[in-house]
Amino acid sequence: MPIEYLPILALIVLAVLFALGTLLMSSIFGPKRPTPEKLSPYECGITPVGTARERFSVKFYLIAMLFIVFDIEIVFLYPWAVVFRQLRLFGLIEMAIFILILCIGLCYAWKKGGLEWE
Amino acid sequence: MFEFIIIMLVKIAVVFGALLLTVAYLTWLERKVIGDIQVRLGPMRVGYHGLLQPIADGLKLLFKEDIIPAEADRTVYLLAPLVAIIPALISFAVIPFGSQVKILGRTIDLYITDVNIGILFIFAVASLGVYGIVLAGWSSNNKYSLLGAMRSSAQMISYELSMGLSIVGVLMMAQSLSLVQIVKAQSVVWFILLQPVGFLIYLICAVAETNRAPFDLPEAETELVAGFHVEYSSMKFALFFLAEYANIVTVSALATTLFLGGWQGPLLPPVAWFLLKVFAFIFLFVWLRATLPRFRYDQLMGFGWKVLLPVSLANILVTGLIMAWR
Repeated sequence: MPIEYLPILALIVLAVLFALGTLLMSSIFGPKRPTPEKLSPYECGITPVGTARERFSVKFYLIAMLFIVFDIEIVFLYPWAVVFRQLRLFGLIEMAIFILILCIGLCYAWKKGGLEWE
Repeated sequence: MFEFIIIMLVKIAVVFGALLLTVAYLTWLERKVIGDIQVRLGPMRVGYHGLLQPIADGLKLLFKEDIIPAEADRTVYLLAPLVAIIPALISFAVIPFGSQVKILGRTIDLYITDVNIGILFIFAVASLGVYGIVLAGWSSNNKYSLLGAMRSSAQMISYELSMGLSIVGVLMMAQSLSLVQIVKAQSVVWFILLQPVGFLIYLICAVAETNRAPFDLPEAETELVAGFHVEYSSMKFALFFLAEYANIVTVSALATTLFLGGWQGPLLPPVAWFLLKVFAFIFLFVWLRATLPRFRYDQLMGFGWKVLLPVSLANILVTGLIMAWR
């Protein structure tokens, strides 16, 4: 393992210990007086209606799919950006075509109403 | 090797402690500044001008009852605050807060580590934070939590795109993903002057990513009561808040590093410059919260996808054109 990643590992261990320790402390120090009302889901004081495991808008799913497409584009853009000075115009034209194709996709989603919320 | 480990542990302890202290006092600073803006005093009772307020709050939360709702998914419910706080605390590992200092005859780099994929590491870790929110909202078995979590995750992934794209211009100029190299590339001119559009997009996305006003729809008090953490109490609630404030510090530090020349500046020592710039950003976050009303959800998503995304893509192409042409 490259040595410069060791501090990150140490920091992760410290963060995990801190988070677990905090939870443990609050479970030790906090009082425990549960009542059925206290343990029921909060709905502004009234008895909960139905379950929370309901269906929700499919729009969120669509946004997630669009996100994956563009997130992969960003992953491609980072190494390209680092070596851009060497690629010059060739790299620019190449990436312009790539971005254009994705823009067509975005325009399509836009036109189909995938970005509208009512 | 032994010396390396000792130095590493000391640096980690100092940065971790400083981060937690900053986060704790950020809550005090926010209440004070918003109090001043609204012509109130803010916290005054605990300590001089309320300076001990964060400690009092922390202790109070520690001694509160730890409620786990009866219908909640217990494992995921307990896991969610951990998933929220751990990425928020570790992304500071690669941020450089000074150049080098000589202590006891040894040259010490003022950053925990300098990996050659620094910026990628930060974005990868920061995007893990969304899991904490989704898991919290889903496992609570509460309608408000679920709605808040769905909104929040959609908002965060939408603005993450523009955030990732907004810094590509910086990477093109710095020719590196290492944050130390990016700071060094700004020794002549800060990237905020060369990338004003990128900076603006980054700033807007940073506010949206941290779920702060005017993008604080996930916790919109007036309609969702508190969004994804309605059902959380005691220290679990505190961990979500710590995560939010730690994220504010991280995006501020990242903005400083990427656009404002990091630790560089005249006269004052490097660390002082770094802290000064970071606090300027944090102040801006608080100021925004006191000034701007909340967006509507369709406005928020429309703005992210129809304005920020095309503009940040155009920004990359324009930057490329200018750099290829010169």
